[in-house]
Amino acid sequence: MKSLSRIFAILLKEVRQLRRDRLTFGMVVGLPVMQMLLFGYAINTDVRNLKTAVADQANTHLSRQFVAEMAQSQVVDIVASVDSPRQLETLLRDGSISIGIHIPHDFDRRIVDRTRAASHLLVDGSDPTILGVANQLRVMPFGFDAGGTASAAPQVIEVRPYYNPERRTPVNIVPGLMGVILTMTMILFTAVAIVRERERGNLELLINTPVSSAELMIGKVVPYILIGMLQLALILAVGRLLFDVPVRGSVVDLYLAAFAFIAANLALGLFISTAARTQFQAMQMTVFILLPSILLSGFMFPFEGMPLVAQWLGEILPNTHFIRLTRGIMLREASIGELYRDVGYLLGFALVAMTGAALRFTKRLD
Amino acid sequence: MNREFAIEARGLTKRFGDLVAVSQLDLDVPRGQIYGFLGPNGSGKSTTIRMLCGLLMPSDGKAVVLDTEVPGDARHLKPRIGYMTQKFSLFGDMTVFENLQFIADIYSYPRRERGERIEELLERYNLRDQRKQLAGTMSGGQKQRLALACAVLHRPELLLLDEPTSAVDPQSRRDFWAALFRLAEAGTTILVSTHYMDEAERCHRLAILDHGVKVADGTPSELKANTGMHVVEVIADDPYHAQVVIAKVPEVASVTQLGVRLRVLIPDTHNDPTGTVDSALRGAGLDAQARLSSATLEDVFVAVTLEPQRQAA
Repeated sequence: MKSLSRIFAILLKEVRQLRRDRLTFGMVVGLPVMQMLLFGYAINTDVRNLKTAVADQANTHLSRQFVAEMAQSQVVDIVASVDSPRQLETLLRDGSISIGIHIPHDFDRRIVDRTRAASHLLVDGSDPTILGVANQLRVMPFGFDAGGTASAAPQVIEVRPYYNPERRTPVNIVPGLMGVILTMTMILFTAVAIVRERERGNLELLINTPVSSAELMIGKVVPYILIGMLQLALILAVGRLLFDVPVRGSVVDLYLAAFAFIAANLALGLFISTAARTQFQAMQMTVFILLPSILLSGFMFPFEGMPLVAQWLGEILPNTHFIRLTRGIMLREASIGELYRDVGYLLGFALVAMTGAALRFTKRLD
Repeated sequence: MNREFAIEARGLTKRFGDLVAVSQLDLDVPRGQIYGFLGPNGSGKSTTIRMLCGLLMPSDGKAVVLDTEVPGDARHLKPRIGYMTQKFSLFGDMTVFENLQFIADIYSYPRRERGERIEELLERYNLRDQRKQLAGTMSGGQKQRLALACAVLHRPELLLLDEPTSAVDPQSRRDFWAALFRLAEAGTTILVSTHYMDEAERCHRLAILDHGVKVADGTPSELKANTGMHVVEVIADDPYHAQVVIAKVPEVASVTQLGVRLRVLIPDTHNDPTGTVDSALRGAGLDAQARLSSATLEDVFVAVTLEPQRQAA
C-alpha cells in the first residue's frame, strides 16, 4: 500500500513537471507529426521519370516499338537520342542521365535468340534505388510480336506486388516510421529523466526518502507509456488522413504490440539514464541507439538483404521486432498471436533493461 | 535502545582517492539537542553528514544512528531522518504546495491528517502567500523555509542540516534558528553544519572540524574555557602596525584584527601575557592599551585550527 502511494507520488510529480515543460510537451505532439510529414511527403522511393538516353543502332520497327514501351512505363524519361554506347557513357558520367539504353544493330535477331541479351541498360549504379529500378526494367514484359511471327516476347518474370499493389511509399514507410518515432521520443524522455534530477540536485533529496529504486523507476515510466500510446494514435491518425495508410489487422493487437515496444524503449532509456553522468551524455547515447534503429531495423533497407553481422545487431534492437509487428498487423493482417516471438522479445527486453536500471541505480552518491 | 545518544560514530573515515575527506571521526550526539559542526569549506562537514544518512559509504569505521548500524540496511532509518541538502533540492518547477504534497506522499503521511499538516507547516514557516508559487522562483530565505518544512513534514526524530543558512540574509537566519529551537524543544535531535560563529554559539554542543579531523568538541562554554590560551585584547590607534609588531613576539600564537581591536592568543603556560604585549608595543613606540579578555568561540576556532600548523613548525 505504501509502495503504491510512493509510486503514485513520483508519477504525479512527473506529470506536473511535464505539464510545465513546454519543450518536452511540444515534442510529444510535434515530433511525430513533423516526422510523418517529412517522411511521408519528402522521402519517396517510387522512382519515376529517370532521365534516360537511347542509342538505337538497329533503328528497326521492332526497336522503336521497344523504346516506346519503355517510355510508356513512365519509369524512364527519354531525354536524348545518341548514336553510340560511348556517348551514353559520357552522358552517364557527367550525370545528365541515369540510364542509358543501348540497342545493338542486330536487335531483331537477338530478340528471337534467347541466349544473348537483346539490349543493354547502362545504369548509374551509384544510387542503389536506381539500380533496383533497372533490375525491374530488365524483367519488364514486352507485348510486341517479333518480326511478324506470332511467337511471344521474352517474358521471363512477371512482377506482381502483394500488400502494396500501388507501390505507394507511405504504406511501406509509416508502419516502420512509427517505430522510429517512438524509439526517438521514448528513449530520450527517460534517458534524461534521472540524469536531470541528478544535475538539479533533486536526487540527493529523493534517495534520502523511503522511496525505493524500483518504485522510482516505475513511477517515472508509467506516465510515458501513456504518452507513447497517445503518440501512436497521432501517427495512425495522420497516416490515415494524409497518406491513406490502412490498419488491416486488429487495432487492439497493434496497441498491445506498441505497449511492449514502448515499455522496452522506456526501460532502455532508464538504463541509459543510470549510466550517463550529464544530460548531454544521455542525449549522445540516445543517438547511438537511434541510428542503428533507423538503419539496421529493416526500416531503411530490407532486413534480409543486410550482411549477417548487421542482421545480428538488428535482432538486438527493439525497433526491428516492432517493425515486423507493425508491418505484419497493419499490412498483412496478421494477428499478434502469429507474431508471438517478436512480442515476447520486446517484453523480455523491457524486463531485463528495467531490472538492470533498478540494480544500477544505487541509492548512494559515491 | 540507546536513550542517551542519537548518533554515535567511531573512527568514521572517508577517502576519495588520495584525498582523506574525513579522518577517524568519533562523535556522540545526545538526543534532543542541537549539535553543531563548525568548520571551513572542505573540512569534511558535508561528507560526514552524508555518511551518517547513508548517502555515502564510509571507507572505514562505523556509526550507530537512531540504534541502526551505518553502513547497513538504511530502509527503516530513512523514514526517521529528515535531511536538508546544502543546495536547494526541491522541485523548482512545482509549486510550494505541490512540493509539500509530494513529500507527504513519499513518506506515506496518513492521508486524513495530510491536509492539516501541510497547512500547519505553511503557517509555521510563513509560506502561506507562496502556496501557489513555483519553488524555483522564490527567494533564498523562502526556499530555505520550504526545504525545512519538507525536511520536518514527516516528524523525523533526527534532522540533518547541511549548511542550511549559507544562502540567506541575517533576518532569515534568526527566524530559522528560532524554528530549530522549537523543534529541539519538541524532542528532535538536530545536527547542523555551519561556518558562522554566531550560529555555532547557539548550539547545545559542537564539534570543530578542520581538514577532516575533529580538533575540538564540547559545549560552547566548555570550549571557551579550555582553549589553553590567554586572550589579550589590544585597542590601538594604528592596529595594522600594532599587529605587525605583536606577531613578531615569539610567545604569541596568533593575532587577529577585529576593527580597531586586536585579539592576541598566547599559550596559558605563559605568566604575564598583557605585560609581554604591552612592552612589545611600547618598544615600537606605539600608543595602545592591552587588557586580558575572555575567549570567544572565534578565539577557540583560531586556537584549535592553529594546533597542527604549530606542531608542524
